[in-house]
Amino acid sequence: MSESRTKTIRTDTLARVEGEGAMHVRIESGRVTEVELRIYEPPRFFEAFLRGRDFGEAVDITSRICGICPVAYQMSAVTAMESLCGVTVDGPVRELRRLLYCGEWIESHALHIFMLHAPDFLGFDSAVAMAREHPALVTDALALKKAGNEVMRVIGGREIHPVNLRVGGVHRAPSKRELATLTNGLERAREIAVGAVALVANLEFPDYEQDVELVALAEPGRYPIDAGPRIVSTAGLDITPPEYPDHFVESHVPWSHALHSQRVGGGSYLVGPLARFATSFEHLTPLAREAAAGAGLRPPERNPFRSIVVRAVELVHAVDEAITLIAEYEEPDAPSVAVEPRAGVGHGVSEAPRGLLYHRYEIDAKGTILDATIIPPTSQNQTAIEADLRAVVERSLELPDAELSRRCEQTIRNYDPCISCATHFLTLEVDRC
Amino acid sequence: MLRLVGIGNRWRGDDGAGLAVAALLSERAPAGVDIVVHEREPVELIETFDGAAAVWLVDAVRSGAPPGTVHRIDASEHFLPAELFSVSTHRLGLAGAIELARALGRLPPRVIVHGIEGERFEAGEELSPAVEAATRQLAATLEAEVAAC
Repeated sequence: MSESRTKTIRTDTLARVEGEGAMHVRIESGRVTEVELRIYEPPRFFEAFLRGRDFGEAVDITSRICGICPVAYQMSAVTAMESLCGVTVDGPVRELRRLLYCGEWIESHALHIFMLHAPDFLGFDSAVAMAREHPALVTDALALKKAGNEVMRVIGGREIHPVNLRVGGVHRAPSKRELATLTNGLERAREIAVGAVALVANLEFPDYEQDVELVALAEPGRYPIDAGPRIVSTAGLDITPPEYPDHFVESHVPWSHALHSQRVGGGSYLVGPLARFATSFEHLTPLAREAAAGAGLRPPERNPFRSIVVRAVELVHAVDEAITLIAEYEEPDAPSVAVEPRAGVGHGVSEAPRGLLYHRYEIDAKGTILDATIIPPTSQNQTAIEADLRAVVERSLELPDAELSRRCEQTIRNYDPCISCATHFLTLEVDRC
Repeated sequence: MLRLVGIGNRWRGDDGAGLAVAALLSERAPAGVDIVVHEREPVELIETFDGAAAVWLVDAVRSGAPPGTVHRIDASEHFLPAELFSVSTHRLGLAGAIELARALGRLPPRVIVHGIEGERFEAGEELSPAVEAATRQLAATLEAEVAAC
């Protein structure tokens, strides 16, 4: 006779993720029967209050969705509006916007790698506790974050919720001299980032691989950041941004305020560093590729715990490319082009630090927004995160409860989830039956 | 070097209280006192600690006390209650920045934090009357305290 036992492990506060949520895992007789990533942060209704606003306002309204990746929201919004109105922003203004986006990647990746995720691997509860034992590591992290913040401030007007992007370009294009002030800080940041790849590559990684479709934006010759004409995947998907709704569908699950996104016809997929690394590895800068090779990484990397190394490689890329963009920057004749609204539907996709961010807007001939859909990376990754948790718990049943809880939290942080974007923080519950 | 740092967001009502105290003191600070206005990420405060023998930090807080109440905490001796200075789950707040500086050995020997209880934090540049009165009173107190240092 089999003995049926139920056991509950509960961590009410899972720290070091962005936003408020909880996790529940139920184990019955050694089998995982339920895995729920519960996002209880209240819905924020951004899509609803965009309706009735002018098409030029979405850039600053959607920026407020996230304090970590506002530029991602801004770029997806302006790209959608510009494509809808038949305008392409290229030349120095596009490069400037991409440079701003690099600043956001640097700031966001540095925060996640060092302050949020590294403590998991090094066995600390917080970045502050880690700082006591590894002060050089945290000092480096602060220098990296500062380099990213400076880029945001000089180009974006301020480091959090920058105000310089607009439909058609930017409000003000900085001078070459202003951008040149960023170079010293970025050169130091590049050295730190290269060192960071080697450092995180030597962490201990649980032996686990996932077989999930990896989806990312793609652009010939460039690593996907600010924009791209195609959305591609490791399973052969190759579509334009307007085709996105034909291939991905959102659904509501009872335990989360964030919509879950899946492939049409079923199946989870993953966006973010692992996906970009898998589909655009060859477009990393030579220095970033070299760092990846030194860390023993090859695309596709399928161990989500090694995403911290991939993120560090992307950090090298973002800093390296930022330095190049500054060196090659030419002041544009005009900071923006005029954009006349026209009735229609526009789609904008960019690569937030956490992954592909899709916006869709319908506007009328006067430019009033009639309908808005925003699909953030964390929503898209939820199903895959839950699948990962299930697999990781199944392989780690022998661990004591406290250790299993920590492993679960680490698994969630592999994805740097931004719950605020998806609807903000996590609580963990494990039931063992 | 003695340093006084006003922290806040001038566009969010009473969140500008710390900045207002810094502005008042910049008009009459004793020689040798460096007045800093900090409108950036709290974690970047650590840079304002470097090279300072003593730092006074002034920020707005929201704890439920009557508006204009001034909380004083000697951070060189006590941990800061994170909930008093929490701004976001995304970022380290003032308390986090101070504890990080302590862990890194970058906390000056003397760190005094003043929190002015705010009333309204909506968009707008004006301080509410109780908070404005508190900023004037605290500026006068700090002027004397810093001068005696």
